[in-house]
Amino acid sequence: MTKRRPAILVLEDGRTFHGEAYGSVGETFGEAVFNTGMTGYQETLTDPSYHRQVVVQTAPHIGNTGVNDSDDESGRIWVAGYVVRDPARVGSNWRATGGLEERLSAEGVVGVSGVDTRALTRHLRERGAMRVGISSVETDPRALLARVRQAPEMVGADLSTEVTTAQPYVVAASGEHRFTVAALDLGIKRNVPRRLAARGVTTHVLPAGSTVDDLLATGADAVFLSPGPGDPATADGPVALAREVLRREVPLFGICFGSQILGRALGFGTYKLGYGHRGINQPVLDRVTGKVEVTSHNHGFAVAWPGRGQDPGAVEVPGARHGAVVPDAVIETEFGGVQVSHVCLNDNVVEGLRAKDVPAFTVQYHPEAAAGPHDADYLFDRFAELIEGRTHSEGRTHA
Amino acid sequence: MPKRTDLKHILVIGSGPIVIGQACEFDYSGTQACRVLRSEGIRVSLVNSNPATIMTDPEFADATYVEPITPEFVELVIAKERPDAILPTLGGQTALNTAVALHEAGVLEKYGVELIGANIEAINRGEDRQLFKDIVAKAGVRLRLDDPAGLVPRSRVCHSMAEVEATVAELGLPVVIRPSFTMGGLGSGMAHTPEDLARIAGDGLAASPVHEVLIEESVLGWKEYELELMRDRHDNVVVVCSIENVDPMGVHTGDSVTVAPAMTLTDREYQRLRDLGIAVLREVGVDTGGCNIQFAVNPADGRIVVIEMNPRVSRSSALASKATGFPIAKIAAKLAIGYTLDEIPNDITLKTPAAFEPALDYVVVKIPRFAFEKFPGADPELTTTMKSVGEAMSLGRNFSEALNKAMRSMETKAAGFWTVPDEVVAAATGADPAGTTKEDTLAALRMPHDGRLYTVERALRLGASIAEVTAASGGIDPWFLDQIAALVELRAEIVDAPVLDAELLRRAKRAGLSDRQLAALRPELAAEDGVRTLRHRLGIRPVYKTVDTCAAEFEATTPYHYSTYDQETEVVPSARPKVMILGSGPNRIGQGIEFDYSCVHAVQALRSAPLGGAAGSGYETVMVNCNPETVSTDYDTADRLYFEPLTFEDVLEVWHAEDSSGRAAGGPGVVGVIVQLGGQTPLGLAQRLKDAGVPVVGTSPESIHLAEERGAFGAVLARAGLRAPAHGMATSYDEAKAIADEIGYPVLVRPSYVLGGRGMEIVYDDATLRDYIGRATEISPDHPVLVDRFLDDAIEIDVDALCDADGEVYLGGVMEHIEEAGIHSGDSSCALPPITLASSHVAQVRRYTEAIARGVGVRGLLNVQYALKDDMLYVLEANPRASRTVPFVSKATAVPLAKAAARIALGATIAELRAEGLLPATGDGGSLPAGAPIAVKEAVLPFKRFRTPTGKGVDSLLGPEMKSTGEVMGIDVAFGHAFAKSQSAAYGSLPTGGKIFVSVANRDKRGMIFPIKRLADLGFEIVATTGTAEVLRRHGIACEQIRKHYESGGGEDAVSLILGGDVALVINTPQGSGASARSDGYEIRSAAVTADIPCITTVPGAAAAVMGIEARIRGDMQVRPLQELHAALRAAE
Repeated sequence: MTKRRPAILVLEDGRTFHGEAYGSVGETFGEAVFNTGMTGYQETLTDPSYHRQVVVQTAPHIGNTGVNDSDDESGRIWVAGYVVRDPARVGSNWRATGGLEERLSAEGVVGVSGVDTRALTRHLRERGAMRVGISSVETDPRALLARVRQAPEMVGADLSTEVTTAQPYVVAASGEHRFTVAALDLGIKRNVPRRLAARGVTTHVLPAGSTVDDLLATGADAVFLSPGPGDPATADGPVALAREVLRREVPLFGICFGSQILGRALGFGTYKLGYGHRGINQPVLDRVTGKVEVTSHNHGFAVAWPGRGQDPGAVEVPGARHGAVVPDAVIETEFGGVQVSHVCLNDNVVEGLRAKDVPAFTVQYHPEAAAGPHDADYLFDRFAELIEGRTHSEGRTHA
Repeated sequence: MPKRTDLKHILVIGSGPIVIGQACEFDYSGTQACRVLRSEGIRVSLVNSNPATIMTDPEFADATYVEPITPEFVELVIAKERPDAILPTLGGQTALNTAVALHEAGVLEKYGVELIGANIEAINRGEDRQLFKDIVAKAGVRLRLDDPAGLVPRSRVCHSMAEVEATVAELGLPVVIRPSFTMGGLGSGMAHTPEDLARIAGDGLAASPVHEVLIEESVLGWKEYELELMRDRHDNVVVVCSIENVDPMGVHTGDSVTVAPAMTLTDREYQRLRDLGIAVLREVGVDTGGCNIQFAVNPADGRIVVIEMNPRVSRSSALASKATGFPIAKIAAKLAIGYTLDEIPNDITLKTPAAFEPALDYVVVKIPRFAFEKFPGADPELTTTMKSVGEAMSLGRNFSEALNKAMRSMETKAAGFWTVPDEVVAAATGADPAGTTKEDTLAALRMPHDGRLYTVERALRLGASIAEVTAASGGIDPWFLDQIAALVELRAEIVDAPVLDAELLRRAKRAGLSDRQLAALRPELAAEDGVRTLRHRLGIRPVYKTVDTCAAEFEATTPYHYSTYDQETEVVPSARPKVMILGSGPNRIGQGIEFDYSCVHAVQALRSAPLGGAAGSGYETVMVNCNPETVSTDYDTADRLYFEPLTFEDVLEVWHAEDSSGRAAGGPGVVGVIVQLGGQTPLGLAQRLKDAGVPVVGTSPESIHLAEERGAFGAVLARAGLRAPAHGMATSYDEAKAIADEIGYPVLVRPSYVLGGRGMEIVYDDATLRDYIGRATEISPDHPVLVDRFLDDAIEIDVDALCDADGEVYLGGVMEHIEEAGIHSGDSSCALPPITLASSHVAQVRRYTEAIARGVGVRGLLNVQYALKDDMLYVLEANPRASRTVPFVSKATAVPLAKAAARIALGATIAELRAEGLLPATGDGGSLPAGAPIAVKEAVLPFKRFRTPTGKGVDSLLGPEMKSTGEVMGIDVAFGHAFAKSQSAAYGSLPTGGKIFVSVANRDKRGMIFPIKRLADLGFEIVATTGTAEVLRRHGIACEQIRKHYESGGGEDAVSLILGGDVALVINTPQGSGASARSDGYEIRSAAVTADIPCITTVPGAAAAVMGIEARIRGDMQVRPLQELHAALRAAE
């Protein structure tokens, strides 16, 4: 409870919050988003999807368990800035290898603590995600505001190339090898290959600019489109790649950004949500089984309801509230019929797509969790089954 | 999957009297369930013997049976009501055990009643230790874990002491002993030595209805967590809340300081607990509803052990509901009738479904409230047997804020760190020798005790490191300790700062420190008032945030608030006239659910009060309370809920926020603050609030003083010519002795301004008087000791009455105590209408009560206690507030006294309330019709929860200091029936045959002859100690003679006879007088407590028991719903 250096946080609409410097002293800009997870700050910080975003943690205490060697979801911290209310002075956990603030400082992450994060969150909820600046070197909010307004916007941002791996790498199956998957890294999290590995999948992770042939050259039985940051409307390369994968009928699974890419590849629109879904308590209805899973979310964009416009709240979604298994209309695309397989029960946002005639499905949320519940882990089984079905029926003939 | 259409009529089982381990959280959950079911168009029948519950208000069910929750009586209800189903998961272990017993007796099958919310197999799998162990291992296999067997402590179920010893030979000591099928961990404990083992395992085998205990590997010192889960019939599962215990394993979770959400888990570890919880829930097969699972986590390597699960709504689920805003009981009721989680809207957001997991952007701390001071000799060590009698919860935007708020919610002498000298805190714990060195203090941490956080703070302040405190405390997590260490550092800063500037003051408030704490550190600031003045001058005031289940992700529609020091407030301005109702804080002996009942009634009455004119209908009600167990802190109860400590500072700030925002909106702001319904807690704030400009309504603080200050009250009585026992006030032994000499022994001595008879004793001689004054350390001219002539063998009468501004008095009820005067009214049983009083007595009571009400100036409720001796009526005391008996009287007479009191406080007259129909048009509780049923209130005492450090039971003798935790009501046409029901409900049914052990004091021998003779005639075998046996034989009563415990001679003695379980009833009145009354007979009474045999300690009690036994032997017990009884009463008016 000792005094820290003062810091300010200024939103692009001019609202200002005062707090203290946390992590690195300096100045940073990004898109302000809030995350409601009560655990998993280390996973959040190292999730590449948060690239160029300033994350506001609604959980008031951050850093309680320090940081450890095994919970990183990538090789570094990606958030552009970090906003917390009460940072821990000590981390306490048997796996901890250091403190969070030391890690933030070491990686040059500028943060602010002592902020009324609830007021900030309510503001973002009402006004939408927006640009923000944090500074522990500037004391004049007006000067900082001017710089905030010069920072780039998230709409139209193509960020995959900034977060993708420089070199391909392989994550081996644990136990007996069953299948090979080529993952296009648009900002992949480490837990995806890990969940695949648990099912006997060897994953080849390839850089964002890779072609279909690069992917299939790994001997892949299937393709995985990873999560990642940015506006899917800019992802022309991955969308084209996805279309080619669909055309060749190679089994395809995508998560989050990968789901938006599949949506665009099928000809659907994508749009930016007001303030996004970021948390680990989001209820998603599996429209095939009628079951609800509690899931991990981190998305600011979503696939528009095919044929229904962008505002899912404005449409009545049959069955979404009644747990009943309601076969939704099959939407015809150039790759055959497609169904909305999952929706978020909070706001009816499209959370999953399933192709009927080609072996492809995606979800907008994070079955790999990390952080978050494991309710949707079954989707990796579905992926394995999809691959198994194809390899059995057709053999390995796509290359 | 919409709701089932085949369920038209459901029987809800409540939890009965408040006991340790099962408190008013089940009224909260049951009330929610009843509301939900009725709103779904389902007929609801209800059984609950506790009259102080909201759920037993007749409007919450179609048929409300205030009858014992025993298989015998519930079967009578089933036979009469023929419900389609029973919902047993919202009434605690009592309801669940009763449901299991009904199933096993074939009653459910016989009447074709379905069990919903749980099935027998799941209950057994959850509660049976060995089955549960297998379940957990299976869940581990299902999750493909490496070491599924490691998910439970190594353990074995034992059915005899021989088995226990063999098991311990393998596992080694220490071991934990857990009896099967007991609630609140009753009978469980940790054995460090073979002696511990013999005692705890022996008791545990006896306490378990199936004579079964689990002996298991000790996980003492591991981190302890709980998850609250819900499952629907479509197998959707959500975790509503995680709870972390600050006190590591070894202290019952009910006795631990707990935090929500879990603070010291990484996501990976938390998700493992979640996976396990869900897997166990599925494996156990809880069909629908809530369930609670406890885990231990090894701090060294993260190994998880599943400790237990409760396949029902629990104390923790009430806490979780209040902590998150997710109403578990309400949802459980909906799930039980077939809804699924995604079909139920989230009450708070209205837009999102209940199928989600709440996210908190605040920290919740719960601290247990103990009552060791009530049980001298009880072992103060906290163990796996729950001993606390209540709890307070606080919310803050960080842990230290929530912690400090919870600590000042306790209403103990210390109101948070540093508010009283260390030695005072230490003395109150009963387990901390108040060492002044680091080493002494660390040593005091080794034994878990009440107030251990104070000891932790002292150790850190004296220079102990966090590692040292973790080690000494047996494993308190370093993160929690660092939070307290930060407070210690802040304290030093505050003490050392040249001035308390705005920056430092703001920082202190953000850490949760109260003005009183700051005043203690800065003596120059003219106490708490000085700090507040400074703070307000600097513009530092709390803001109010909202509990919204979603960390602000969605808009909340429910104004459920807590204070914090942050930037933005969320109080929505409202122009409606507002009334604040101050609740009663943590449950404790003497101040429990009865007061919450009155507060809830005030809310109900004021929300719907006709205001007339532009104001339209209903006040905006604002509830302030910090007790998570209660109905008052359900966000559905009042228009606005502030979950705040009931201290002057916190209440004043809520008033300011509501009043100023109301005025800013163009309204009148807060038009009244009601302090009379929440017991002594809010009453104690009355004068200061009024002085600060707060509109305290109802009886004025000055009038309260008139009743409570003995000299002023004496003058009121003298003016009206009312008799009172001779009395005086003393501030020293010499003064006290002078008074005693003048009025004659025995005298009743007590401190002024107390509730529950705290520190009250009957003194028979100078030596005891000297001893008493010596122990009354806080005696001062402001707080004198009252010395009253004690009226031996008088009949005690309790009256609850209403008085309005015109001085009209409505007699709510006249209750006649069954035990003679001298036993605290809260501990004695009583009957309404009075069973032996003449109408001339009642007329005199009416006259006296009217004179007191008018003389004091009561505007609302008044409780008066009288003693009738030799046909002369004496006033013992008067309390110008809602009393403990208000709910009992309301239920027995069908008149909502607290509602009327709230209306009177806001200006209504009794005549208006009669015209409105809130009060009967004519007559009152002093003029009940001749055919009115007899209601008997019986107190429930917690003796079997406590042991001395050597393992003996504590004394069960009753006296002027209140010891009961709760009460039941038996209601029937005749006294014997009503009394028998009250006994069945409170302690288990009176025996109808077998052996009765009798040992009475010389002065009681005359009075005892007739009742014992009647028992002998009824076929009981009588066993008596020498003196008693002689007298009985002289009256031709055959009896077996047995020696007292300390008398020499061979063969069995009284104690071993009782412990042997061969006795159906013990009648023992205290021998001698004064201090020796406590020791003689103690062995007998404590043996009765240990063996769980009813023990009667007074002659009138024995006479009543005889009538009850006769009623039971006749076997014509009937059950009648309150609705029927009340309709008959109203019709007879």
